[in-house]
Amino acid sequence: MDALRALTELTEISSQIEAACLFEIDGSGGSSTLPGDERSKLFVRSARALLHAARSAHTGEAPLVQLEAATLQGSVLIVVDGDVAAAAVTGESPTVGLVFYDLKSCLRAARTPGDGDGRPRPKARKREAASPSESAA
Amino acid sequence: MRALRRLFRFLLLVGVVAAGLLVYRRRFAGKRERVDLYYDDGTVVSLESGQDGAMLPLATDVIRAARS
Repeated sequence: MDALRALTELTEISSQIEAACLFEIDGSGGSSTLPGDERSKLFVRSARALLHAARSAHTGEAPLVQLEAATLQGSVLIVVDGDVAAAAVTGESPTVGLVFYDLKSCLRAARTPGDGDGRPRPKARKREAASPSESAA
Repeated sequence: MRALRRLFRFLLLVGVVAAGLLVYRRRFAGKRERVDLYYDDGTVVSLESGQDGAMLPLATDVIRAARS
């Protein structure tokens, strides 16, 4: 499933999420639910900047996997999966566990080829070459 | 009779003030700006406003960008 479809499904599933984006942590690409290229780019850029600041604040060995920044205006939640991350903006006091779960599902769905439910599908079998007898018939 | 009425008024006033304080505390005082960082080994670090290393202003930027 492509990133945009995964994000659209995320905002449809979770009523708490106002806007969400998927982005490469060290890259420049990203997708978001916001309309307009400029708005989307600004949203992705600011989410990436927050994640970089959080990663640089870390002193231990274990990598950062999630963060929640709670402000008086609302909350920002970010989930990291390898080299990509998903960020969501919610109102005040969201159900944090639920939003994290939805963001993880979104990341999984965006990376998984399939029907959009995040479940991997078996690859289609290649047809064996028709035997000479079949082709003759 | 008058003393009883005064006492009633006083108790009513105390009740109203107590209810107002409770509502105020629940509405505003419980909210704290903070950043919670979750690491792969299961540790969670919670940083309050002032210790967050400018992450809260960045989070406000993200919210503003999302709502603009």
